[in-house]
Amino acid sequence: MARNAEDNLASGGGFSPWPAYLGYALLYLLLLGPVVGLVLYAGSTRWFFPDLLPATWTFETFWRQLSNARTQQAIGTSLLLGGVVTLLALVIALPAARTLGLERFPGRSLVLLLLFLPTIVPPLATGMGLNIIFLRLGLAGSLAGVVLVHLIPVLPYTIFALIGVFVRYDEGYEQQARTLGAGPLRILWQVTLPLAGPGIAVAALFAFLVSWSQYVLTLLIGGGQVITLPMLLFAAVAGGNPATIAALALIFAGPPLVAIALAARALTERTTTVGQQY
Amino acid sequence: MRVDRPTLRRWLMLTPALLVTGVLFGVSMYYGISQSLGYLPFIGATRVSLDAYASVLGGATPAGREFWAALGFSLWVTGVSTLLSSVAALLLAVILSHRRRPAHQATLLALNANLALPHMVWAIALLLLLAQSGLIARVAAALGLIATPAEFPVLVRDQAGIGIILHYVSKEIPFLVLIVLAVLRTQGHAYAEVATTLGAGPWMRVWRVTLPLVWPGLSAGALLVFAFIFGAYEVPALLGVSYPRVLAVLALDYFLNADLNRRAEGMAISLIMTVVVLGVGILVRRIDGSER
Repeated sequence: MARNAEDNLASGGGFSPWPAYLGYALLYLLLLGPVVGLVLYAGSTRWFFPDLLPATWTFETFWRQLSNARTQQAIGTSLLLGGVVTLLALVIALPAARTLGLERFPGRSLVLLLLFLPTIVPPLATGMGLNIIFLRLGLAGSLAGVVLVHLIPVLPYTIFALIGVFVRYDEGYEQQARTLGAGPLRILWQVTLPLAGPGIAVAALFAFLVSWSQYVLTLLIGGGQVITLPMLLFAAVAGGNPATIAALALIFAGPPLVAIALAARALTERTTTVGQQY
Repeated sequence: MRVDRPTLRRWLMLTPALLVTGVLFGVSMYYGISQSLGYLPFIGATRVSLDAYASVLGGATPAGREFWAALGFSLWVTGVSTLLSSVAALLLAVILSHRRRPAHQATLLALNANLALPHMVWAIALLLLLAQSGLIARVAAALGLIATPAEFPVLVRDQAGIGIILHYVSKEIPFLVLIVLAVLRTQGHAYAEVATTLGAGPWMRVWRVTLPLVWPGLSAGALLVFAFIFGAYEVPALLGVSYPRVLAVLALDYFLNADLNRRAEGMAISLIMTVVVLGVGILVRRIDGSER
């Protein structure tokens, strides 16, 4: 009987197999359908209703978008912004996450509450509030101002991801290295980083993605001066043709997908999943 | 007062994060509230008043006429999306958690890839796929279900917010599935096996065994999803119509107005949104707390 139950569970949770297959089919359709749609639209020319597939195919729309000076500039700005924000977020989040992950102390839950408040409060409200003071301080319209405001949504997710890393981290290895005479730098380089490295890389990836996808905060603080890819994309939807919009959307989706592919092992081996939301 | 070294070290480690979050967040709330009260000394406005709130909540101004409809629309879109994605995520996670390893890893990767796609990319894909002459309408035409694009139902940029709901249900399912899967992985199948041995059917098991197990994770995830959708701007702006609009679109529209009174109203709306989200958050934590 128990053996039977186990078999039953192993092969689909006791549900008859077809809902499981249906579930899988639905899931993959959901996950892949829109991406396939984007590729079709980006590669189409003269695609009239009710043709199921474009009559002719072309890479031209895609290359035209990619070689456009405005697009290239926006890619550069988005990459620079995401890079700087990620680096700053890691430097700020690492010590905090290490402490929060390894120690229990009075005031810990209050600290967590404060650090995670920005994930609940609409970014619209924080961006609007900062708009006027950043204008006054001369930070509005500058890359530095946009970096600062991106930190608001990026920091909580980075800290969240890194706490997950340090909860599983064993400080004992560092103590052993210290006992054996290793200095702090050597411990960092030869003990901490090899142990926590993959988790830190995943946290960095998520920090980058949150910054990369940001629209409202960039709009409110960048004030039309800091043009990132989401800015171009939003403008394109208002006036572009489907092929152009789809091509630009694919360019915008490229780096996140490449990053996920690079982090594939870390992501699938330990369910390091983070509330990547933005 | 003497502070011992470990305590000092601990708070020093926390300082950068607390400082950056506290200062940015505190400053934004201070200036946001000031602005909604019409108090901006450096442009000469020093009279504090609740005019913006009065006009938003009950005024005959444009903001007053649209606010309640927008609040209702926001709650509708957010509530339905959160509920549907949570239920679907629970069922999918149950099915997926029993799969063998390679298939499981491929699915994990696909879920993460979806998570990494920016919301704007997803919204644009839906806009193209679900339009009346979009890919899905063409499939319907090929199957002989419709003859002209006009016969295909309006699923994006529609009055009922179906496009926005479809977007968030499909985009939040992977997020919530990953949360539930993470819980199920640590719990193993022991409880489910016991329930099966005792004669529970699959639905009974999901309801009485799996749901209570994953509830803390799922409800926290659902709260994040609710807060995120309620405050989001891009997707409803891309997939919505001009009336009814969600609160975020209304707030930003007013805030970007050159008229300072309109700006104060936009700020007030965004702060009311903050209060609503915090209220829902406190409510959810309360219910969670009282159930345990």
